[in-house]
Amino acid sequence: MAFEPKIIGFLCNWCSYTGADLAGVSRIKSAPNVRVIRTMCSGRIDPAFVLKAFQLGADGVIVMGCHLGDCHYQEGNYKTIRRIPFLKRLIQGFGIDPRRLRLEWVSASEGDRFAQVVNEMTEEIRKLGPLSLHVHRDAQQPVLHQ
Amino acid sequence: MGKPTLALYWAASCGGCEIAVLDLHARILDVAAAFDIVFWPVALDFKYDDLRARDDQSIDLCLFNGSIRNSENAEIAHLLRAKAKTLVAFGSCALEGGIPGLANLTTKQDIWHYVYEESPSTVKLNGGVFPQTHSSMPEGAIEIPEMWETVKSLDQVIEVDYFVPGCPPQPERIWEVIEHIMSGRPLPSKGSVLGAGEKTCCDECPRERKEKKLKQFYRPFEIVPDPNLCLLDQGIVCMGPATRDGCGALCTKANMPCRGCYGPPPHVTDQGAKMVSALSSVIDAHDPQEIERILDQIADPMGTFYRFSLAHSILRRVEKP
Repeated sequence: MAFEPKIIGFLCNWCSYTGADLAGVSRIKSAPNVRVIRTMCSGRIDPAFVLKAFQLGADGVIVMGCHLGDCHYQEGNYKTIRRIPFLKRLIQGFGIDPRRLRLEWVSASEGDRFAQVVNEMTEEIRKLGPLSLHVHRDAQQPVLHQ
Repeated sequence: MGKPTLALYWAASCGGCEIAVLDLHARILDVAAAFDIVFWPVALDFKYDDLRARDDQSIDLCLFNGSIRNSENAEIAHLLRAKAKTLVAFGSCALEGGIPGLANLTTKQDIWHYVYEESPSTVKLNGGVFPQTHSSMPEGAIEIPEMWETVKSLDQVIEVDYFVPGCPPQPERIWEVIEHIMSGRPLPSKGSVLGAGEKTCCDECPRERKEKKLKQFYRPFEIVPDPNLCLLDQGIVCMGPATRDGCGALCTKANMPCRGCYGPPPHVTDQGAKMVSALSSVIDAHDPQEIERILDQIADPMGTFYRFSLAHSILRRVEKP
């Protein structure tokens, strides 16, 4: 059985989530491997969400937001454009291939672009293979203190 | 009914937390008067067998410092959990792995290869000589602990009742915690952090903070920072925004950036993730190449952001092929 990547997609409400919705109503076929989590803005994506996704078993994470200049909250995506490249360096520091984290701008009218990005990412992660981390193999779960 | 009993133990530790307790100075006499100290390897001559002989839950309070690096650390952690009513993870190593946790940037194999074969002052013997957990010789057999692949915090091995952060916890804070316990006043709920604040180090730092727009990062030796202005404002990476308060901002008051030794602030599990987030907010660039140029100026993000907390971060260790 071929490896089916598990990809978590953080989509901003105003542009990329709407773009994904457009892909759906337009009946554009795309790979089913991206599990979408909607946030109000791509700037809401705390790097800890991405690390948590990898810890919980994601093979890849994609963050989608509005094009620069189009952010519903003016500046949110400017923070994202710095946070995600910085985070790629951090995950590379942990020994995770930085191609497993991707940032794309997808507008509300770009249903076909959403499908294209999803298909591309799925194939890239399929080639990279499943992500196996120490925290997956270690039986003991961390206890979070307050 | 005698005095309440107290135990202190050090696992993979530098001993600084013990010194911090002794830094209570004269107040250590109040502690000795209030408690019957029944186990404290660094200071008193009790043996592991004395501990094994005790009834379960017969130690009222145990302050456990040091991370879990080998089988002995883990064995005594489990033993003390059984023998103690209240077990406190004391200091950064016990809370989050501390400096020993940086070993999670590499592997046991790479460490042994360097230490026992490759370091400049090591004479490599006959293909390498490495520690054995069991050695037999005519005089008898010796067992030594097994070094684990991965450094762990105390709460990744046993259940911990309270956490006192710091490298080391500051003596004033230690006194506040012990005084609280001696007074008999109720403690906060299990799992709480004691001896520290609920905000970040920035809250205790006296430097003046302005709006941050950073186009350049500097290492501390590259500029002479203004002693009155925020270090991060001046481009020096300071862990203050991602570090719990309680230390009194000792480092920034001494013109050095915070290193993050009090661990993450409340409700934050990963100091590195928070620093990536915080620094990304204030980097003043939106051209991808300019952003990469600025990020290149941050030396050693892994060692800087996770200096104390790597073992307790979300991913806990580096994956090696």
